[in-house]
Amino acid sequence: MSLSLYLEVLVQGVLSGLVYGLMALGLSVIFGVVRVVNFAHGEFAVLAMYAAFVLFTALNLDPFLAMAPIAALFFAIGYGLQRVLINPFITRPEHDQFILLVGLAIILVNGLLMIFGPDARHANLPYSFDSWFVPTGIAGEIIVDKVRVYAAGAALVVCGLLFAFFRFTLVGAAIRACADNLVGAAVVGLDVKRLYALTFALGLACVGAAGSLMVALTDVTPMLAPSFTLLAFTIVIIGGLGSMAGALLGGLLIGVAEAVASIAIAPSMKSMVSFALLVLVLAFRPQGLMGKRAA
Amino acid sequence: MIARLLRTTPTRALVLLGLLLALLLLAPMALDRYLVSVFILVFWFAYVGQAWNVMMGFAGLLSLGHALYVGLGAYVAAALFVKLGVGPWAGLWLSALLSVAVGAAIGWLGFRFRIEGVYFSLLTIAFAEVARIGFDHLGWAGGAAGLFLPVSSEGGAWWNLRGGPLFFYYLALTMAAGAFLLCAALRHSRLGYRWLAVREDAEAARALGIDVFRARMAAVVISAGLTSLGGVFYAFYYNNLFPGPVFDISRSIEMILAPIIGGVGTLFGPVLGAFILTPLGEALIAITNAVGLNAPGTKAVFYGVCLMVIVILAPNGLWPALKRRLGIPEEKA
Repeated sequence: MSLSLYLEVLVQGVLSGLVYGLMALGLSVIFGVVRVVNFAHGEFAVLAMYAAFVLFTALNLDPFLAMAPIAALFFAIGYGLQRVLINPFITRPEHDQFILLVGLAIILVNGLLMIFGPDARHANLPYSFDSWFVPTGIAGEIIVDKVRVYAAGAALVVCGLLFAFFRFTLVGAAIRACADNLVGAAVVGLDVKRLYALTFALGLACVGAAGSLMVALTDVTPMLAPSFTLLAFTIVIIGGLGSMAGALLGGLLIGVAEAVASIAIAPSMKSMVSFALLVLVLAFRPQGLMGKRAA
Repeated sequence: MIARLLRTTPTRALVLLGLLLALLLLAPMALDRYLVSVFILVFWFAYVGQAWNVMMGFAGLLSLGHALYVGLGAYVAAALFVKLGVGPWAGLWLSALLSVAVGAAIGWLGFRFRIEGVYFSLLTIAFAEVARIGFDHLGWAGGAAGLFLPVSSEGGAWWNLRGGPLFFYYLALTMAAGAFLLCAALRHSRLGYRWLAVREDAEAARALGIDVFRARMAAVVISAGLTSLGGVFYAFYYNNLFPGPVFDISRSIEMILAPIIGGVGTLFGPVLGAFILTPLGEALIAITNAVGLNAPGTKAVFYGVCLMVIVILAPNGLWPALKRRLGIPEEKA
């Protein structure tokens, strides 16, 4: 295999990895603050994919434009979900939270199965097959899909907005305070319940945005959901639970590792490589690559 | 041991258990073939739920990858039988041995490197997924195309675990009852009390001189070994094995629903959970078919709704509430 092929796959891995990273970022934000593991994360990603798919086929709305209303919708869903369903479970043991969210995941994925059936759906964007030929000197020209570049760029923009929100706004600082010291946050008069709901909403907005972008990259079927949940977990653990930059780094690593593994070994073996990475990270740096807190 | 169990268990509980067992022993006389198969499933889920509960309920270790041990147990025994002609009674020792070894490796990795809580759960999922993909590519054991056990119309020899529905009914019942007894004994053993101490507060347990690492390892190893025997049963009952369905995360989840719904850490919880969830699943199939909702996924949506409702309404599982209703007092010391 030629160098240019590997280079192409590498670039492709980086670009998809950024979108995965955005999805994982949602999980990381929720866990980092609310301390609830969203076991329905991949299911929400697939729900967003179908939302973008429907908007595209029915209204011919480009997924890159649909991203904004879908993220807003998911923000609202997340807010309501935390307020109504998850808040009473915050003090319950992990396995109870697990059952609640697994129940939700089962409902989501099978609801989609009822409506759309098991077949893979494809959003055929007018520029789906456009690409750039990038000269690289020694390796010759490599082909880069335009749609992947757009998706990765959009993912970076959304991540940037979220970073800015947490760093520069008062509400963002308040949410970080809840994550750092819950009792302290309550003592100084922060409305923890509202901030938790806001955090869950932001986490789901990330998933909504990521799902809209993923429709441009890959076919959608309900069966993707559990593997996305696992993927998000793997990325977040590798990057470090609760670390925002870690989620992006983890996404990049997993994106590249899976892309390279699928040509170097076999496409069906690619997730084996991510799990091997996961085990290595857990063994040698359990807090994740960018995590601060000891596990 | 048995005598102590009999002494410490409330009389009313013993009587009710005896009645239930007698009822189940006689039940096949009144059940048709379909219902017998449902009961076999109930017993199977009660068995593996009990095995999982040793880790979660007793030692506080949330494993989300127990399908790994089912799969390993099933594949080892089935491959030995099909490829080498080794019967299941010999094969199950190897099944258990391999599962115990893998469980010990996961446990060692987890506990030596202080991987706790959610991280440990993720580790168990990762290993189950690696096994699923690995077996997908393991040509010798059939790979993704599956591994099949020979089925003959005469049934075959019982010592090769070949038999009709009734044979498997009583085998599954024996396993479920055996696991229940074993867990009851473990729960009241020195090890059982160490587990509870570790579960409630690992640091405090360590301060009391309990070897936390050994207690946790014991839980993983016992749970893995027991679960793998459930896998052997699975292989010889269904006669076919595919890496996808056997190792999939959805199977791991399916296995742990019964003990959680029934009541984590209780002895009868896994049994009660299995008696509720398996018939619920079957009933939902029947109802959705009767109403004409044949779209794939309909049954599962209702199942998901039931799970959420139960976990919202009964925080500690259903058994503690039912126990009070039945008037069973807390155990005598």
